[in-house]
Amino acid sequence: MRKYTPKGNVQAKAYYNNRFWDAPRVPRSDVSEDEHFAKLLETIKESVEVKDAYIEIGQMVVHINPEDNFKTLKIMKEQCDYAMCTEITAVDYLDKDGEFEVLYQMLNLKKAKRTRVVMRIKEDQAIESVVPLYDSANFAEREMFDMFGIVANNHPMLKRILMPEDWVGHPLRKSYPLQGDEAAQWYEVDKIFGKEYRDIIGPENRDPSKIDRYDTKRFSRVGYEVPFGADISEGEKETPIEYSDTLLVNYNKSSEQLDERR
Amino acid sequence: MAQHQVNYASSAGLPVALSTVDKLVNWGRSNSLWPLTYGLACCAIEMMATGASRYDFDRMGTIFRASPRQSDVMILAGTLTKKHAEFTRRLYDQMMEPKWVISMGSCANTGGMFNTYSIVQGVDRIVPVDIYLPGCAPRPETLQYALMMLQKKIRRESANMNKNTKQNLRML
Repeated sequence: MRKYTPKGNVQAKAYYNNRFWDAPRVPRSDVSEDEHFAKLLETIKESVEVKDAYIEIGQMVVHINPEDNFKTLKIMKEQCDYAMCTEITAVDYLDKDGEFEVLYQMLNLKKAKRTRVVMRIKEDQAIESVVPLYDSANFAEREMFDMFGIVANNHPMLKRILMPEDWVGHPLRKSYPLQGDEAAQWYEVDKIFGKEYRDIIGPENRDPSKIDRYDTKRFSRVGYEVPFGADISEGEKETPIEYSDTLLVNYNKSSEQLDERR
Repeated sequence: MAQHQVNYASSAGLPVALSTVDKLVNWGRSNSLWPLTYGLACCAIEMMATGASRYDFDRMGTIFRASPRQSDVMILAGTLTKKHAEFTRRLYDQMMEPKWVISMGSCANTGGMFNTYSIVQGVDRIVPVDIYLPGCAPRPETLQYALMMLQKKIRRESANMNKNTKQNLRML
């Protein structure tokens, strides 16, 4: 059953404060509980400094220093049968910690085990590309560069993959506005017609239910007709508000009134 | 000899039908609207369904063409991204005059549910649109109806495109 919250003064009180849902922390367990992961962690620890390691939902999470990413993945590939790097991506914690969290999702096909290698980098810090180890990293690192602006050193062709090449900004950063910055909002106009056409075409209409009172091209009047495209900004005909003839019920009064109506 | 055969020599019954050039030209234009095969997103599936045998665009003289140089109508079926807007405009420019545009579905009309940074908020920002189809996605009947409305519109227009006020917009 849902938790009871008193609803007596629900109108007066702001009942909702947190804009974002705080996900409950998934329980973490020790690495020693799983034989495979314990062995893997030991192998990694031999040559790489591990900051933190735990098991979360059946997957091991290993926190390492950003300088060791290539070394760690090489060990995992060559010594521990991690044949696939299924995903490389980043999480923007710039506002909170001034850092990105870069993660490599690794898959061992023989043991059917997944391990996530996590590292924290500063905003302008570059990482080492892992394309020599995993070809799947090619597009993933390009996407990371496109969406977050994280540069991967020694990448064969590091350029934008989703957005056009002359795009400004990195859209998956939390600081990027959802509806785009100025360059994004005028992108197609600037590109096709040139900046001088901004005035002619006008800004984007971001309100899908926008109603322009004096627009006689797209909207009709209630009760009387206006020629298509006519200018009615001055001297629009007054239309008196008509209320329904049916009996109005004052719901603020007691419920007896409803019975009277019958 | 059949009874109804006209004797041209007598009664001045010449085999002539009188019309205007406008009507004749527009009759030709409106009954052979060739749209560009140009699907952008899921609306294209509905566009394909409209072209296929059940709804059968061919019977209206509407045959999908694979080249903008052979097309009269551009059906913008789906979400137009800002990255692709440039190429849409280029395809539109490559089409021969006279040309018309149908904006199909919510995404093409207003950006639809993609109120984001990367989607063009209405294709009328880059090409002049003749008909907007509501729906997500519009049924094939809607597209069919839109095509018939476009035919009506063409028949109403002057055959001399320079006379049409939309020409000014097209020059944009």
